[in-house]
Amino acid sequence: MILSVEGVSLAFGGVRALQEVSFDVKEHEIRAIIGPNGAGKSSMLNVLNGVYHPQKGTIRFKDKLFHDMDSHQAAELGIARTFQNIALFKGMSVLDNIMTGRNLKMRCNFLQQALWVGAARREEIEHRRAVEEIIDFLEIQHIRKTPVGRLPYGLQKRVELGRALAAEPTVLLLDEPMAGMNLEEKRDMCRFILDVNEHYGTTIVLIEHDMGVVMDISDRVVVLDYGRKIADGSPADVRGNQAVIDAYLGVAH
Amino acid sequence: MADELSGLDTFPKLLMHHAKVRGARPAIREKDLGIWQTWTWSEFADEARCLAAGLAAQGLQRGSHIVLISDNRPRLYAMMAAAQCLGAIPVPLYQDAVATEMAFPIQNAQIAFAFAEDQEQVDKLLEILPQCPTLKRIYYDDPRGMRRYAQPELMAYDKLLELGRESHRRDPAYVETEIARGAAGDTAGMFFTSGTTGVAKGVVHTHASLLGPSLTAARMEHLGERDVILAYLPPAWIGQNIFSCAQAFVTGYCICCPESAETVMTDMREIGPTYYFAPPRVLENLLTQVSIRMEDASSVKRWLYRFFMGVANRVGGAILDGKRVGFLERILYWIGDLLVYGPLRNVLGMSRVKVGYTAGEAIGPDLFRFYRSIGINLKQLYGSTETAVFVCIQPDGQVKADTAGPAVPGVELKFSPERELLIRSPGLFREYYRNPEATLQAKDTQGWFHTGDAGYFDPDGHVKIIDRVKDVGALADGTLFAPKYLENKLKFFSYIRETVCFGHQRDKVCAFINIDPDAVGNWAEKRNMPYSGYTDLASRDEVYDLVRECVERVNADLAAEPEIAGSQIHRFLILHKELEADDGELTRTRKVRRGFIGEKYQSLLEALYSPQTTVHVSAQVRYEDGRTGTYSADLKIRDARTFPPAAAKRAA
Repeated sequence: MILSVEGVSLAFGGVRALQEVSFDVKEHEIRAIIGPNGAGKSSMLNVLNGVYHPQKGTIRFKDKLFHDMDSHQAAELGIARTFQNIALFKGMSVLDNIMTGRNLKMRCNFLQQALWVGAARREEIEHRRAVEEIIDFLEIQHIRKTPVGRLPYGLQKRVELGRALAAEPTVLLLDEPMAGMNLEEKRDMCRFILDVNEHYGTTIVLIEHDMGVVMDISDRVVVLDYGRKIADGSPADVRGNQAVIDAYLGVAH
Repeated sequence: MADELSGLDTFPKLLMHHAKVRGARPAIREKDLGIWQTWTWSEFADEARCLAAGLAAQGLQRGSHIVLISDNRPRLYAMMAAAQCLGAIPVPLYQDAVATEMAFPIQNAQIAFAFAEDQEQVDKLLEILPQCPTLKRIYYDDPRGMRRYAQPELMAYDKLLELGRESHRRDPAYVETEIARGAAGDTAGMFFTSGTTGVAKGVVHTHASLLGPSLTAARMEHLGERDVILAYLPPAWIGQNIFSCAQAFVTGYCICCPESAETVMTDMREIGPTYYFAPPRVLENLLTQVSIRMEDASSVKRWLYRFFMGVANRVGGAILDGKRVGFLERILYWIGDLLVYGPLRNVLGMSRVKVGYTAGEAIGPDLFRFYRSIGINLKQLYGSTETAVFVCIQPDGQVKADTAGPAVPGVELKFSPERELLIRSPGLFREYYRNPEATLQAKDTQGWFHTGDAGYFDPDGHVKIIDRVKDVGALADGTLFAPKYLENKLKFFSYIRETVCFGHQRDKVCAFINIDPDAVGNWAEKRNMPYSGYTDLASRDEVYDLVRECVERVNADLAAEPEIAGSQIHRFLILHKELEADDGELTRTRKVRRGFIGEKYQSLLEALYSPQTTVHVSAQVRYEDGRTGTYSADLKIRDARTFPPAAAKRAA
């Protein structure tokens, strides 16, 4: 068990985003969080990497217990994420954007970097190599030097995944990695997620709306509705669960 | 150079020679992780030697075949060389072929060994494994995604190399002995023809037939070890093999493999090849990109571009040919070179190009002149898989847009009474593999190869090809009808991507048109014309008018040529979909399959020859997001103005 969440509750004033949610993530698995709009999926992810601080509950990560995470701390511990509405530097090249993902691994100070001598130079070459490996992995060599703002949506998503990978995370949080993509882009993204999981051994927690994708690639699924966990299990279990069907299709009151 | 190569009559002997003579010079480069990595000739030779030892240990025998499916990669070329060291025969296949297309070559030659670049190609081979029981070993280069593959046939390239190193250590003399056993007359490679004419045939070439013409051409163009080429076309095509194997092996120049198909432009700019080949379609795409970017440039830049391209058009070609040009024009051209041509060549990655070839299809005179006028020594050549490419080359100073050039030294040419070009040359293939009937049909008892191309010699002794002999037909009234000639004339317009002309044994010529979605799309954008996709764009009245203008200009052109003035295009329609190789409408080398298209769109064809002005079509279409749907609509048919031969001059 690499990550477990116990009894987490989060409220914004009167809005209860999460209520007593508990679940766990095994090492090396692909764990999906699903649920209708406003179910608290993104809030859950934000709790996991320390953007939101829950009022109640604990998070256990690699046998360390936290009441709440601090986002800087989460990044240092090896939790990386992508965002629902792409958060890249539009004017910077793909290469530079991915390079920012290595930020925490850079040791040289500002002056050394500016002069680009000795250690700073060695360090950059080393980081560049790591970044190039990711570029190769995600098959985006042809846009290496293109400003991100000029890329189509599907590729921007891929670049964002690249930046998250650059931090060499142990847990990767993906917030709707396939939203707004066409079939082919989705298929590519699925392949990359599975490859990341297999090749780097990264544990993946993802939020996704496309049920086909979720059922195909995830090992276990947790379902939220109105901030509560209503189901948890293998894709097949969840699909057959009455509470889930009701939540998605609505039920007569 | 002749002395240097004496006695080196096979590929592996040449490879070992270069390792000795220029061991530290670059042989092959590949961009890996964003950095160009180099194998020197001695590293290349060493890799090939170890692989050969490994393959021998795995049971690859002299005279047996090995299939290779890969993009241009150093490891692909090392595998080929390794097979040749053992006297085995490399059979490169097109990497974009579907699995079923790969089964035939493997069955045909009962091939046991295969090399595949990555998971995609391995999957194809595994798919056809049941139909190809002879296939026993599949080596793969990139292990990504194959961690869970447990098929006993599979082995990683690295593993093979390791086996080979060990085996080479045990018996270092083995590979050298095998190399020494090779002779010029041995088979060096087999290339499957693209199948314009039905079933693919394996064209068997010997070391002599590949290396001989390569050396002749290399001498003609003064190629040497300092030259550089970018290997970006499919290795299964004999041309790529000649440019990135045979000619590299006779001259010792450096081959560069681009990072991926999408990065070719960038890689070309970084490498700056000195020797270049591009089919007309690639050159055209490049020019289209330049034109589109120019249209979006600022007005000052546009003016500069237009002015200096005018200068280049007048004198650029003449300067390149070493002809006399007025002093003022020379000054202007020099300024233009500083401001426009130089930077343009740089953007195209052609700053260092010493000689560039184009072949495969007819090239538009404007397109051809464009490249020459900005100082790129682009020339035409003529050849085919069966002739190891080099049959005709235009020598420096005698370059023309509409011919293929005179025969290369050592090549004999003549035309049959039916206007078919016949060739006898040292580069002729030995045979079609296991197809003596076809061999006899193509190569007569006196050794003349029947090309199937129709043409004639122009007054300067250059060969001019007009069409395939079998496609040259006649209208019902006996007028000469050369469809390819018409199609090419139409395709020279940037708005037209493909076209198919019909007219044999009919009373007039009619055409199917495919518009170029980029060029027409840009044109539509400029006019604020919204459209949803190719099909929508193709059905617009404005686009029909645009195409009609092109057709009428071709007609005016044709009217000026007395023999074919009667084959002007009377009616045309714009097809609702782009012609695709995947649908069998084009060959893998993107040539139209006229007969097949005629049958597939029978109803459209009939409509063209009836008085109808629309024709109903319903077909399955595949949208960009992968869904398929049915498209059903009325295609418009339009008449085009034709010109009486006499009126031609005025109308044009």
